[in-house]
Amino acid sequence: MSAVIDYAPLLWQGLLTTILVAVLSGALCLVVAFAAGLARLSSHRFISWPAGVFIEVFRGTSLLVQMFWLFFALPFFGIQLHPLTAAVLALGLNEGAYAAEVVRGAIASRAKGQTEACIALGMEPALRLRRIIIPQSIPAMLPPFGNVMVDLLKNTSLVSLVTVADLTFRAQMIRSSTGQTTAIFLTILVLYFVLSYLLTLLTSWLERRFALDRRALAAQRKDSKMMKVGAA
Amino acid sequence: MIWDNNFAVSVIPLLLEGLWVTIKITLLGTTLAAALGLFFAILRRLAIPVLSLVVSFFVVFVRGTPLLVQAYCAFFVLPAYGISFDAFTTGVVVIGVNYSAYMAEVYRSGIQGVPKGQWEAATALSLPSVRTWGRIILPQAVRTVVPMLGNYLIQMFKDSAVLSAITVVELMATAQAIGSSSFRYLEPLTLAALLFLAVSYPASRLVNRLERRYAPQH
Repeated sequence: MSAVIDYAPLLWQGLLTTILVAVLSGALCLVVAFAAGLARLSSHRFISWPAGVFIEVFRGTSLLVQMFWLFFALPFFGIQLHPLTAAVLALGLNEGAYAAEVVRGAIASRAKGQTEACIALGMEPALRLRRIIIPQSIPAMLPPFGNVMVDLLKNTSLVSLVTVADLTFRAQMIRSSTGQTTAIFLTILVLYFVLSYLLTLLTSWLERRFALDRRALAAQRKDSKMMKVGAA
Repeated sequence: MIWDNNFAVSVIPLLLEGLWVTIKITLLGTTLAAALGLFFAILRRLAIPVLSLVVSFFVVFVRGTPLLVQAYCAFFVLPAYGISFDAFTTGVVVIGVNYSAYMAEVYRSGIQGVPKGQWEAATALSLPSVRTWGRIILPQAVRTVVPMLGNYLIQMFKDSAVLSAITVVELMATAQAIGSSSFRYLEPLTLAALLFLAVSYPASRLVNRLERRYAPQH
């Protein structure tokens, strides 16, 4: 355990880097998700088709391959990215492609009557998306978005492989200099677990906050509680 | 010349060997995950006082921590306690255990989806519990679960690249080794990405079709 205490400042810095990477790529992920998800829904072929290719390519290949490609292969085109930039780009684009499918699915499953009502009221397409359709879709997006964000958080550990000094990278460093493998790795496992647990809490808070009909949700929760009691 | 075609063609056989290892990891890992996941799901459902709680926590913990760190743990920590396998076996076990936690959830929802009347009928016929599970509940539960297992298979195929970090020589590690020995990363990494895509895209199309076919009939 002594190594963990001695090297606590180093682990702390690693934790901060992990959080920084997660926040930056999380923000990029959201932007990409809405841009690609909405583009995928466009009725113009030349907008929806490239978005579809982007989504399939990023979902169809491994995140690690994408990260290494940005870090090792892009310099051959004369573009040398900072490790942190390459890591954030890869994470944001990869998880963004998954989240784009969430956006697309949530918007596509909106009741048609809402769009028809907007058209009847003479709303422009952009306005009806911004004012009516997207706000209504957010509750449906939140639970899968939460899953994507937890995945993103866990995948930040891969940035250690492109030399970003995150929690996993620091742990490897401390392991090779002290040899106290068990204590170090158990510590970072617990740290990652706490982080992803906090993210789950945040998501469920947001879900309650953005619920379309809070009373219905409360009733639903009461029901599921009763079912749990019944099962036990 | 940015892209060297001759070099690209010359590394394809090596990359295909790597792809074969990746496929082997995926198939073995999925088998392990499907079996372990079912075991965990049943243990949780049986509500054995301490054991079910431990299993529940284990499942949540595995789902909340990165695969890479789990792989490091198995690769660096376990040998200190006298448990050591070669990298390939360790990789299969780590990825199998990791995915079993996800599959346990899938089975759980499948088991929950079996109508209550089926349990009651089994009780009314006084079937022993092994037969209730084996002949009544699981066949119905697994039916709805098949397409989701397919999705996890594809996910695992892509995630297995992480195992290159613990020296498993699969597709990603092969591409990296070619890159570092020839100082040309563009061709091997691009080809590796294309190979991943060439397998996972048709596979996900297939799973989509399965999904429609196995959809519960109402």
